[in-house]
Amino acid sequence: MNSGTFQVGSTSMALQLSPAVCYLLRIADTCLIHAQRLCEWCGHGPVLEEDIALSNMALDLLGQSRGLLGHVATRLDPDGQEHIDEDRLAFLRDERQFFNLTMVEQPMRRGSAHAPAGDFADTVLRNFLLASWLKLLWQRCLASNDETLAAIAGKAVKEARYHQQHAGDWVVRLGDGTAESARRMQAALVRIWPFTAEMFVRDAIDADAEASGLGPARDSLQPDWRADVQRFFSAAKLSLPETGAFLSTGTQGRHSEHMGFILAEMQSLQRQHPGGRW
Amino acid sequence: MSNAHPTGASVSSAVLPSERCTAAWSVLANVPDPELPTVSLCDLGIVRDVHVDGGVLQVVLTPTYSGCPATEVISHSVQEALLGAGLGPVSVKQQLAPAWTTDWISESGREKLLASGIAPPNGNASMASTGQAQPLRFFSRPVACPRCGSGRTERLSAYGSTACKSMHRCLACLEPFEHFKPI
Repeated sequence: MNSGTFQVGSTSMALQLSPAVCYLLRIADTCLIHAQRLCEWCGHGPVLEEDIALSNMALDLLGQSRGLLGHVATRLDPDGQEHIDEDRLAFLRDERQFFNLTMVEQPMRRGSAHAPAGDFADTVLRNFLLASWLKLLWQRCLASNDETLAAIAGKAVKEARYHQQHAGDWVVRLGDGTAESARRMQAALVRIWPFTAEMFVRDAIDADAEASGLGPARDSLQPDWRADVQRFFSAAKLSLPETGAFLSTGTQGRHSEHMGFILAEMQSLQRQHPGGRW
Repeated sequence: MSNAHPTGASVSSAVLPSERCTAAWSVLANVPDPELPTVSLCDLGIVRDVHVDGGVLQVVLTPTYSGCPATEVISHSVQEALLGAGLGPVSVKQQLAPAWTTDWISESGREKLLASGIAPPNGNASMASTGQAQPLRFFSRPVACPRCGSGRTERLSAYGSTACKSMHRCLACLEPFEHFKPI
């Protein structure tokens, strides 16, 4: 991906994306798809309190994503002539036009060939690793020269901090719990760990955002993130797996096999009833 | 900032802008929050500014949480209340920065929360500065029971009936209660 403006074609909406807009979409889409996955737990939580917590975290993430998508819409279509808005960006973009971390599109409650269905350990760890990452990202975005991004970050950082506390509480409780909970947490950590590499890649989009003062490059978040999560994993008596060569590419618009399915589910209503509101 | 179109019948031209703003503040002091009807929007500190611009009463609101589902309802009830009081036309804007904090809940708002069995935010949220290292804390600060005042309470759930509250139980009087989390 070069650092100039590039077009991402689609049957429903062609978008001319600048590096800055792509940077914003990476955050917006990570929050949006993570929220959608968390919603799968609604009504299925292991205990009522956690069912409520997962839905409420999804709500915060959805709100953060909504703020960013609205901002992206304004940047893409300042005069409103192309009728691009937050809903169209969420519901009419195609798979290659989404730039979320591959981690968040992985099946959660329903499981996949690589992860058992409904293992709460996977959910706890994903929430924890992402909230720790988002907290740092939002903290750094407070100093963005994009006033809207800084304003969204000002709210989101408080929410991410609470999400991290909540998920971190579970990491310790289950990691340092029974032999069975510790075994399952360690197995889930081995499953999710390869997807964390993408959180700290540096590419032309990151370099552009860093140079322009829009936001931090992902690689600059890694030392603080590692120190932060290590505190919790030490308390949880979990050991960090080795980082291998695997590198996911969702932030480049190249997704895993699960992305099409989650979009089909999330977008079907708007695609069947374009512009429908309720 | 999102903009809403000004709506409603005009206020009498004899009313001074300053009088109109004062009247608007007293109307808003009686508009209840849809999810916490015991407190008003002003008590919660989400009405950030009221001014008159070009004959239109401008109300600036700030949302509590990013995903708060009550945001639209609140805008709507502000419009309705001010138009009902004959203070239109009214335009409502949302402003994100500076981010809302529970430190902005007024003293009377805290008393009303307490009286309705909701423990108000404890401590000063802005003390938990976003940039500084935080101690690893798995259990939140003790919250005093809104019924008997005992500090012997425990948290039951990190979230409650709304994103802004958590659930607790008093170990002295055994009553469950909600707590407005400091952010």
